[in-house]
Amino acid sequence: MATQIVKVHPLLVRIAHWINVLAVLMMLFSGWQIYNASPLFNWSFPSDLTLGGWLAGALQWHFAAMWLFAFNGLVYLVYGVVSGHFRRKLLPITPRAVLHDVGQALRGRLAHEDLSVYNAAQRAAYVALIFLLAVLVLTGLVLWKPVQFYWYGQYMGDYEGARLLHFFSMAGVAFIVVVHVVMVALVPRTFPSMFTGRIRKAS
Amino acid sequence: MKALKSKGVASLERRIFLKQSLSVGALSLLSGCELTDHDGVQRVLGAMSRWNDRAQAWLFDPKRLAPEFPESRITVPFPFNAYYGEDEVRVVDGKSYKLQVGGMVREKKPWTLAQLYALPQVSQVTRHICVEGWSAIGKWSGVRFSDFLERIGADTTAKYVGFQCADDYYGSIDMPTALHPQTQLSFRYGSELLPPKYGYPMKLRIPTKLGFKNPKHIAALFVTNEYPGGYWEDQGYNWFSGS
Repeated sequence: MATQIVKVHPLLVRIAHWINVLAVLMMLFSGWQIYNASPLFNWSFPSDLTLGGWLAGALQWHFAAMWLFAFNGLVYLVYGVVSGHFRRKLLPITPRAVLHDVGQALRGRLAHEDLSVYNAAQRAAYVALIFLLAVLVLTGLVLWKPVQFYWYGQYMGDYEGARLLHFFSMAGVAFIVVVHVVMVALVPRTFPSMFTGRIRKAS
Repeated sequence: MKALKSKGVASLERRIFLKQSLSVGALSLLSGCELTDHDGVQRVLGAMSRWNDRAQAWLFDPKRLAPEFPESRITVPFPFNAYYGEDEVRVVDGKSYKLQVGGMVREKKPWTLAQLYALPQVSQVTRHICVEGWSAIGKWSGVRFSDFLERIGADTTAKYVGFQCADDYYGSIDMPTALHPQTQLSFRYGSELLPPKYGYPMKLRIPTKLGFKNPKHIAALFVTNEYPGGYWEDQGYNWFSGS
């Protein structure tokens, strides 16, 4: 069987990915500590999974990491749109293809000979992740500055509405991250490619 | 001999690399609390918090008003919150009470409650947002703070207004927020005099800042260019904490 090395991830995407991993983990763990100060529901996050020690520390982490997260995300979005990276890698997405590939994945039968092309389930997950992270920024701004951003915050239920949306977007992100890490563990040769940008293509 | 030496150097490098990897590994195993207590981490977080003060001052629009609500949306009961429990609320004697005024102001004479009640009064129904995340809507009445600052001849080019409170709380705000049209020296909650648990005889109601920036039981206020800090700010809460 002949193998061929193909480029999968551009350098900028790899750098942005790892900065994003760091930023999102800081946002999640500090965010859970902030949640615990006044839980929306009648449960709290285990303190082993929180960052900051107490509310003030967690807020410092959250409001420091948000700059890293937002600027890194902005660079990635601009690059993705301008370079055509999003169009090439994430489109097209059809509901039928997504359902088909998710079904195949659940039965452990998803083909991945050519890892330079995302399957429909991956495309949907990555687009959903980008969307949810953008919602987290927009709702986060309303929570941080509910008066200054009221001009659009009023359309998402003002402060309390943004608080709920922020929480559920976070839950969506956490879910996608867990599935993503499980998929990498199941197809481990994808992992080094996120550093090197290259992968073997079985042909 | 040469080969031996370079082998030794290589193994030394390996050991240093291993040691460094181990300390990075150990750092990542620290709990969030220990990581936060690390000196270098503390400096970075502190610097970012001051950067966030500047970012918020830049974002703050002195003309943008906090949303006001119909009285039907007032939260009942309005939650009590302080750095102590509700059973430890200080009771200030209104008859002997005088508000002390100091720092960069022209008129330093203290104010009795009767004198303060005689000033033109305004009301607002606004949302109080706690740093913990919860929010509640309440109605406060009192004198517009910018009017009061004008009456005492405050130097409004100064940077800060600081507060000392009868419950040993203290705090400070930026001048643009002090002059915001909704910043109010409040004497009443709802239709009655401010009860002790909400800050009798007065609190500074600031709907463009988080709850802990709204001092209760104010005993003295002063205008200054020297950063006065605050009870929670000195423990790590962001100073500006604007909404």
